[in-house]
Amino acid sequence: MSKVLMKGNEAMALAAIKAGCDAFYGYPITPQNELPEYLSKHMRTHGRAFVQSESEVAAINMVYGAAGAGARVMTSSSSPGIALKQEGITYIAGAELPAVIINVMRGGPGLGGIQPSQADYNQITRGGGNGDYSLYALAPESLQETVDLIKESFEIADYFRNPVMIAVDGLIGQMMEPVDVDREVKKWDLKPKTWAADGNRKDHPKNIINSLYLDPQDLENHNIKLQKKYTEMKENHQRYELINMENAEIAIVAYGSVARIARTAIEILAEKGIKAGIVRPITIFPFPEKAFKELPSSVENLLVAEMSMGQMLQDVKLANECRLPIHFYGRVGGIVPEAEEIAQKVIDIIGGQSHE
Amino acid sequence: MNSKVIYEKSKGLSDFHLSYCPGCTHGIIHKLVAETLVDLDLLERTVGISSVGCSALNYDFFSCDMQQAAHGRAPAVATGIKRVRPDNIVFTYQGDGDLASIGIAEAIHAAHRGENITIVFVNNAIYGMTGGQMAPTTLLGQKTTTSQDGRDAASQGLPLRVSEMMAQIPGATYIERVSVHDPKHVNKAKKALKKAFDIQNKKLGFSMIEFISTCPVNWGINPKDSVDWAVDNMIPYYPLGVYKDKTVGEK
Repeated sequence: MSKVLMKGNEAMALAAIKAGCDAFYGYPITPQNELPEYLSKHMRTHGRAFVQSESEVAAINMVYGAAGAGARVMTSSSSPGIALKQEGITYIAGAELPAVIINVMRGGPGLGGIQPSQADYNQITRGGGNGDYSLYALAPESLQETVDLIKESFEIADYFRNPVMIAVDGLIGQMMEPVDVDREVKKWDLKPKTWAADGNRKDHPKNIINSLYLDPQDLENHNIKLQKKYTEMKENHQRYELINMENAEIAIVAYGSVARIARTAIEILAEKGIKAGIVRPITIFPFPEKAFKELPSSVENLLVAEMSMGQMLQDVKLANECRLPIHFYGRVGGIVPEAEEIAQKVIDIIGGQSHE
Repeated sequence: MNSKVIYEKSKGLSDFHLSYCPGCTHGIIHKLVAETLVDLDLLERTVGISSVGCSALNYDFFSCDMQQAAHGRAPAVATGIKRVRPDNIVFTYQGDGDLASIGIAEAIHAAHRGENITIVFVNNAIYGMTGGQMAPTTLLGQKTTTSQDGRDAASQGLPLRVSEMMAQIPGATYIERVSVHDPKHVNKAKKALKKAFDIQNKKLGFSMIEFISTCPVNWGINPKDSVDWAVDNMIPYYPLGVYKDKTVGEK
């Protein structure tokens, strides 16, 4: 199919249907409402389940139920709603169930605002719910990449038996772009869900979906098993893009919409004779540490640019292993940085006027 | 000598040793649920939802597929399953702390949507698992670890009548309160469960059976006196009976 012009939230909804999502459970919150609105109509016409739940908490627990029964299931929300879902997310991770969660991020803390933000980085990558667990978290920069990754995320969730979060900001949710929703995505090697408590005892012995382990040794063993999964993600499934890195003297580290803006910033800088590249994390968990080992020796500085007060900065510091000076440029509150602002920051760094 | 089996454990129950305290009526209620699922030939396509509280471990006790839910969220979990597996039988098993307190929203809205599920609601007027704290259903004057001078209406409110409240919800199909304090009432309770699961099997909508139960350990009285206490104190405040039956017209 050729490209069609679609609003981000609606394209994400259609991607879920294309991926074979059996059920969507969600609660209204700005700026992602077009997503459940679209699904409320189209899931039914496809014979799939749709429930507008009484709360975010109920929605994620419906997701937990359907995932336990072996269905492909998704919810979507925005930052304060994701905070409410954390209870269910830790149960889903603890019980090793696949699910897809879309987070169209807005500004915080508290009720915050409704404009674009990346201030959920810690909430996404540091758990948020109780216990030692991680989400596989993807942070696309364009609508096409978002659609492709949503489709693949159902495969990834099934493969790892782990929740996958698609982290976009309100900009991607609200903007319109041409997108091909039928583009082929990677198929993962998936096993039948013989573990599902699907009420089909004729086909399998009793199945239990559970995250309770009262015996401390059992619970430690369970945690060790979970960690192996996260280690596999870190070792083999980091995703990132290195952009314009040949002979670059500075690397801008940015994901999502900010990476897109940084693409314009490096063009502005090129016109001024400054060679700047971009490290673009596509997974924010696992964080693409490998990208920093591939930087050419020409890179003398790193600039972390994000729509938060520096939440990703901590991961960049860890990945950098004290090799290069790290600078930071962040806008918050729903303010999206201009390419010129990022370019000026680079000019200040190279001219010795930035001292972070 | 010829022998004839006149009673045996329901095949709806596993061989796990129940975790309940002596004298508690959870065991009877488990038996009734298990027998009902077997009698109606539903067991093989049933998914049960364990909640948080004394019955948290009952995913091991029933022999059907089971999923354990977060505190209060069992009706949401049941909704999630039922909407993708509409031909299965889905029930939740929840105590009064789980359903009437932290999970009241999920219970009300499952009924409100007319979810075709069955809630087995066990009301013993106290939090059992956590050690005897006050529940929304704790009776006036009843002493618990968090109402040590007895529940006081002015600061702690009046006990919540869940069946009466749920019966008001337009989407609910069948609501009945039963007790298991003597054989006659045990038989009545089983009939109520049969009715509820039959309604679900016929896809007629939401059903909840509330059981008046006992908690000898946290009430601080022996099992025999606990049964008497439930009859003398709980049933007068929580009258038994059918509160709603849409299958015969609203009451």
